Amino acid sequence: MQVKAVRESSKYDFDEVLRRRGIDLPPLAIDTLQVNVTKLCNQVCRHCHVDASPSRTEKMSPEGIARCLEILERHPQITKLDITGGAPELHPGFDAFVERAVALGKQVMVRHNLTVQLDGNPQTKESKEYLPPFFAKNRVEVISSLPYYQEFFTDAQRGSGVFRKSMEAMKRLNEVGYGIDGSGLVLNLVYNPVGPYLPAPQAGLEADYKRELKAKFGLVFNGLFTMTNMPINRFRLHLDKSGQYDAYMEKLLAAFNPAAAASVMCRNLISVGYDGRIYDCDFNQMLEIDAIDRAGRPLTIFDFAFERALARPIRFDGHCLGCTAGAGSSCGGATAA
Amino acid sequence: MSSYYESEDLKKFAGIGEHAKELADDFFRYYGSVTGTDGALSKREKALIALAVSHALKCPYCIDAYTTQCLETGSNPEQMMEAVHVAAAMQAGITLVHSVQMQNHLRKMVL
Repeated sequence: MQVKAVRESSKYDFDEVLRRRGIDLPPLAIDTLQVNVTKLCNQVCRHCHVDASPSRTEKMSPEGIARCLEILERHPQITKLDITGGAPELHPGFDAFVERAVALGKQVMVRHNLTVQLDGNPQTKESKEYLPPFFAKNRVEVISSLPYYQEFFTDAQRGSGVFRKSMEAMKRLNEVGYGIDGSGLVLNLVYNPVGPYLPAPQAGLEADYKRELKAKFGLVFNGLFTMTNMPINRFRLHLDKSGQYDAYMEKLLAAFNPAAAASVMCRNLISVGYDGRIYDCDFNQMLEIDAIDRAGRPLTIFDFAFERALARPIRFDGHCLGCTAGAGSSCGGATAA
Repeated sequence: MSSYYESEDLKKFAGIGEHAKELADDFFRYYGSVTGTDGALSKREKALIALAVSHALKCPYCIDAYTTQCLETGSNPEQMMEAVHVAAAMQAGITLVHSVQMQNHLRKMVL
């Protein structure tokens, strides 16, 4: 069952929080093109803001992929391509997208959920075991969710058996050099809380992950990104059902950190949906809050103009409190650690 | 039905300043500097101690608050449960060590 995106109530008015503190957050740059190529995923995570699952069919068209590559080619200012989903490797054009972006000299990051290596495509049954050497050959930066270094929390959030499969998938990445000193192949992990609480400090958790994964499984990785759960889609549904929504929002509001606000990721990237519409971030994308230009017109990749996108007013809503709480949160982890 | 220990009441903790503001301010300053900062002990270690004390003194407000605090400072469920066992073992030990007093008195009572 898909979850209908729900925007925050005006009770948690992010714009008002900024106004009260005299904070203005215009875009600073567009150095990253984050592209959500598909909502199809081999997993059904309880907190997923994309509402991704094995039954989703949305995927970017070949024309959309081509247009993203054209934007990357025409704009040297956009140095990074961040491919996400769903499980982005399940998009039929994924491999070519990566290879062509690498050929353009872009830094390519893939949000890789680890288990897709072993599960393969849930619809076509295509194997994805080739991914570790493919990633290594293209020197892709692999960013993988692993909610905890223990089975209990990981499986509670991502499904039974996910932790063990994730360990096997990490082993395969390590075997081709990922996370190994001197290889230049970067494997970063992503932590997010398994419930309505804020992440622990990133540096301490990273040390815990490194110690435990090395000691118990002989696994290594480069860095840990802590991310806060956004109160949207499946996680919002959980908050509503468990009667914890207001308490969570009040926690985020009370933990508002101006330093984290100044570093929100939407100031440096744009997010592209499978249909080519542009958003200020992946969360706005799932809430269908289009990025708009100064005239209020929605932005798309099909009529992309860099200066018009850079001059846009970023659209905030209550969920943005998730990115500004405590040490902050972004697709690259804490922003004010 | 009204009952004691409503979880919503934890939010009213600051209300202890009513009728005794200066004392409450002193307390919260002290409480914050002891529990809310890294010192010779880390915030994570302090949260585990507080969780154990919460159980020993059977405070439901504190159990909720420090379960969350333990998670937010990076403890895992095994560490949290072990902290509660420390509290339980201490309480058992404290009960049992008092049997020395009982035995002392017993000896006085026996010819």
